[in-house]
Amino acid sequence: MQLSRDQLTRAYRQMQTIRMFEERLHAEIMTGEIAGFTHLYAGQEAVAVGVCENLERDDFIVSTHRGHGHCIAKGCDVKAMMKEIYGRRDGLCKGKGGSMHIADIDVGMLGANGIVGGGAPLAVGAAIATRLDGRGRVSATFGGDGSSNQGAVFEAMNLAVVLKVPALFVFEDNGYGEHTGASYAIGAKSLAERCAGFGLHVREADGNDFFAVYETAREVIEHARNGGGPAALIFHTNRYYGHFEGDPQRYRAEGEVEKARETTDCLKRFRERVASAGLLDLAALDEIDREVAALIDEAVAEARVAPPPDPAEVLDDVYIDY
Amino acid sequence: MAVKTIRDVINEVLHAEMERDPNLIILGEDISGGAGTPSGKREAIGGIWGTSGGLLPKFGPDRVIDTPISESAIVGAAAGAALAGKRAIAELMFADFIGVSMDQIVNQIAKFRYMFGGKAKCPVVVRMIYGAGMNAAAQHSQAMYNVLTAFPGLKVVLPATPADAKGLLTAAIRDDDPVMFFEHKALFTKKGEVPDGEYLLPFGQARLCRSGGDATIVAMGRMVYFAESAADKLAEDGIGCDVIDIRTASPLDEDTILDSVEATGRLIVVDESPARCSLAADIAAMVANKAFSSLKAPIELVTAPHSPVPFARELERAYVPSPARIEAAVRKALAYR
Repeated sequence: MQLSRDQLTRAYRQMQTIRMFEERLHAEIMTGEIAGFTHLYAGQEAVAVGVCENLERDDFIVSTHRGHGHCIAKGCDVKAMMKEIYGRRDGLCKGKGGSMHIADIDVGMLGANGIVGGGAPLAVGAAIATRLDGRGRVSATFGGDGSSNQGAVFEAMNLAVVLKVPALFVFEDNGYGEHTGASYAIGAKSLAERCAGFGLHVREADGNDFFAVYETAREVIEHARNGGGPAALIFHTNRYYGHFEGDPQRYRAEGEVEKARETTDCLKRFRERVASAGLLDLAALDEIDREVAALIDEAVAEARVAPPPDPAEVLDDVYIDY
Repeated sequence: MAVKTIRDVINEVLHAEMERDPNLIILGEDISGGAGTPSGKREAIGGIWGTSGGLLPKFGPDRVIDTPISESAIVGAAAGAALAGKRAIAELMFADFIGVSMDQIVNQIAKFRYMFGGKAKCPVVVRMIYGAGMNAAAQHSQAMYNVLTAFPGLKVVLPATPADAKGLLTAAIRDDDPVMFFEHKALFTKKGEVPDGEYLLPFGQARLCRSGGDATIVAMGRMVYFAESAADKLAEDGIGCDVIDIRTASPLDEDTILDSVEATGRLIVVDESPARCSLAADIAAMVANKAFSSLKAPIELVTAPHSPVPFARELERAYVPSPARIEAAVRKALAYR
């Protein structure tokens, strides 16, 4: 399927927004101004955007501890996200959640999740809900290769197959679960084989190629919307930073990240593809880069001076009524 | 008013609420039963405690969901459906199985509203069957309500009577916060008068089951009956006890307990879990802190010993607090000078 200029422009803007958001966070975290644990998504942008560009606002996603990319791709407000990561009162979650718990139910984003694999059962539940409404909506859970080793994910995949609900298990294989290689931690011959063993419809693609992700996700999501049941999508990609910010990354091969940035980077490949195919001109993409950079500048500037939460708010929103 | 068992009451409430709210779903193991069997006969059991019979034929498989044996997925799927705009009841056959689904309960359900800055709601009721007294041994008999009471974001409800089961379960299902609903396995056949029609009880309002001026006995669940029995025995000797059924552990009706202790000066807390980090210890600490000057004797805790729940009849009887032990504790508190 041919993507329109508008669709391509939007996809690029989304990927670049995630990239610049994460690169900037990496720099800002060095200043010590941002508290807590942060896990950056840079390098994997094509997956979040390639999948979410196939979703509507009222479809659901569940994300991970490495969730900024999914949040942006599903439509969370970038400035409110930045304020949340800075722990500000008018952050997306009022400073209660932080980097690992960004959520916005209004855009179908059911939360980043600090528990690896913890989101998978939630996505099955959201899929049960969407099926009950009968409007062809779907629910997708993102997870890394590491999450595929969690029992909750096994249970969720089996339940989704048993109930035949429109749940999509998107696995982003970046080669590492925390500080350990996927080839060590995944006992099955492959992630695809594992998912197939659960009875899921499985598709696999290059996660650094937006077009491959988009097309693969499109087919599977359409299938699920039409009652075809759950599926697993496996995308191979790279994360450019550590498991968390501050990770010394001793597990990396010499020059590994530099090589990935040089040869397989999703933004670079997107630019080359659209330019060589005459779909968009690079000047237009450069203009998007400038706009996104300005947005991120503003987001950081506003977050830095935004007021912190009032300590009296510590008890707010524990319950609706208690 | 009609006399009903707790089992019947729970089944009736589930039917009534499923009828009332088309957005309500229920899921768990063998809610109906029989799926995928050679006979293909559904309604093979209607819940192993017989509380969910008849739901599947009436409300269909999209709302009445028999699941595999997957407690994480059961609770997690209920939570996901609730975040996505539904209401969900998840059934755990035994409260002990929170061990399998703990992450979904304490890291997910309990925290969504808070972590998401008040934008989410997660109206889930986790119904779970708890308690000793049926020789179900160490992994199918624990109290567990104390464990979940420790987590902000959860409400914890444990009805003792058929009327309370009706009022509290109805309120739990309609509550917008997550509710952990504990049903004692030895109380399903308990009979009592139950109000007709719609009946809701607010959380955080304890029930004064007996009035007497000499001592305060606080209990929950099955222990309420044992406390009443001890109080009746003591009354024969002219000793009057207030017996308070807390009904909900979170929120806890502190005022009713404190008012009583301020009048009696003596507190006995009965709890069928071991004492460490129990509701008994929690309530005792609250009273020691807030009504210290009213106390005329040390607070007595009547709890299970610090052991797993044993199997053999003799051992389990020794484990579960008895009316005799409660009576002795009251006499001890009264004898204190």
